[in-house]
Amino acid sequence: MSGHSTYETLRHLADSWGLLAMLVTFVVLVAWPLRPGARRHNEEAAQIIFKDDDDGEL
Amino acid sequence: MEAVLSRAGMWFLLLVLSVAAVATAADGGFAVHMTILAIVAFVALCLTVARSDFDSLGNAIVRAPADPSRYDDDPVRWGVIATVGWSIVGMLAGLVVALQLVFPALNLEPWLNFGRLRPLHTSGVIFAFGGNVLIASSFYVVQRTCRTRLAFPGLARFVFWGYQLFIVLAATGYLLGITQSREYAEPEWYVDLWLTIVWVAYFVVFVGTLIRRTEPHIYVANWFYLSFIITIAMLHIVNNLAVPVTPLGSLSYSAFAGVQDALTQWWYGHNAVAFFLTVPFLAMMYYFVPKQAGRPIYSYRLSILHFWSLIFLYIWAGPHHLHYTALPDWAQTLGMVFSVILWMPSWGGMINGLMTLNGAWDKVRTDPIIRMMVLALAFYGMATFEGPMLSIKAVNSLSHYTDWTIGHVHAGALGWNGMISFAVVYFLVPRLWKRQRLYSLRWVNWHFWLATVGIVFYAAAMWVAGITQGLMWREYGADGYLVNSFVETVAALKPMYLLRAIGGVLYLAGAVLMVANVWLTIAGRQRAEAPLREAPYDPEADRPIVAVPAE
Repeated sequence: MSGHSTYETLRHLADSWGLLAMLVTFVVLVAWPLRPGARRHNEEAAQIIFKDDDDGEL
Repeated sequence: MEAVLSRAGMWFLLLVLSVAAVATAADGGFAVHMTILAIVAFVALCLTVARSDFDSLGNAIVRAPADPSRYDDDPVRWGVIATVGWSIVGMLAGLVVALQLVFPALNLEPWLNFGRLRPLHTSGVIFAFGGNVLIASSFYVVQRTCRTRLAFPGLARFVFWGYQLFIVLAATGYLLGITQSREYAEPEWYVDLWLTIVWVAYFVVFVGTLIRRTEPHIYVANWFYLSFIITIAMLHIVNNLAVPVTPLGSLSYSAFAGVQDALTQWWYGHNAVAFFLTVPFLAMMYYFVPKQAGRPIYSYRLSILHFWSLIFLYIWAGPHHLHYTALPDWAQTLGMVFSVILWMPSWGGMINGLMTLNGAWDKVRTDPIIRMMVLALAFYGMATFEGPMLSIKAVNSLSHYTDWTIGHVHAGALGWNGMISFAVVYFLVPRLWKRQRLYSLRWVNWHFWLATVGIVFYAAAMWVAGITQGLMWREYGADGYLVNSFVETVAALKPMYLLRAIGGVLYLAGAVLMVANVWLTIAGRQRAEAPLREAPYDPEADRPIVAVPAE
């Protein structure tokens, strides 16, 4: 019976608080770069790969 | 001197242990594998003793270059050579199995029959070709974007050589008939343990390099690489939980049974596609496409959205491999829904890559490497549309177990993974060996077209074959009996199998051209050739015809 109740417990967690926690985490992570003032930071980050133009020199 | 002694002692101990394991092995295959290990230990022992002047001569093998103003690129160079070499092995095995389906006489029992060669093909192209290009490119990209050298040079070299040993053990094991019969995870328990050690070392090198970065921001490509390393570790360990029959034998039994085992396998199997064949190849895309185009990624924000969406969605898609099985219905539906949702972030990523070329589209005409990248992205988009479509239960009832699935996988593998990897190899080789350019850009162009036409042959043949097969399997007559016997469906598909093999020949021919091109570039030669077609502007010709008045 313990196996059954573990399943039930996990199942209830998965479709209530677990689901909510993952959804909130996802939304925060995705919204984070879109926050006000992040544009310049993101544009700078996109240029990182061009700082190293001489291929192999530090 | 003490370092030499302790290292030699370690190799000697390994040699003795592996010889003892050969002597007491429970089965022939395990004995062969321990023999391979003994040979590796013996060669390493000889090298260690012969290079007693360890500090200077051993530099190239176990140490980073002494000059701190240079990136540590030796493992990257070896990785590129391994990539190019293994590509031929993996694709040749694929061509042979394709031909075996047309000409059954090619099944050379027992070592080279279809059942043993097929995992050699899948592991050869995924883990040997794909794995090497991923490890090499990740070491290249993480150093350049963090503007620092690899954190643990000795460990990075261990990762490279340890991974090659894994490949050799896996490949020889398949031919010897050693398999645990898990899709994309056929190697037995001791090879799995070895890969776990290598993978943890890989993680330590990668994270160590990230920690010692001088660039404050971690470039998004490294996010993709890191999620690949972490998730593959998790998938590999859980999927391969097994109990060996004896510590000195190759046979083991899975820790799971029944439908739990099936779901574990496809949770692993689909996420191998996700986190081995998609996420780290996107890491390559996010570094090498902007680099080759000379323009930053179209939208850095979109790349982050792309990243988190793949991370949160992909892991749930596996159950779509088990539609209409004993798996609970809700789990099948869950897999289907997440697969369909995946379509959007995947296309977001494809658009992000393609839009990077905005304002530089002329390069598609003049630069065959860019053209390869564009085709790779187009196939990424195509495969990530086809995948969600096939995961819908109604479609899957027609497509599952047919060659449509094979066609889908190869559109992704040949078109997306293959093309982006070739492009990265062509990008890296002149830079890593300090050559002005590749031996021949026109050969790259030839490679592009051979591969493209090969994919068209392959995918078109498999679509037709798969739908034919699915329709023939489900066809009922008026009396309620199945119309076709299985062998009739096989006979109907034979021409398609031949067309598929022709596609394979073309694709392999392109790869052979790549080997020659890379070889000659490293040898320092340059082919005298006309540049790829330009569209030069001629102001003299650019004017209207003025009517000349009659005299």
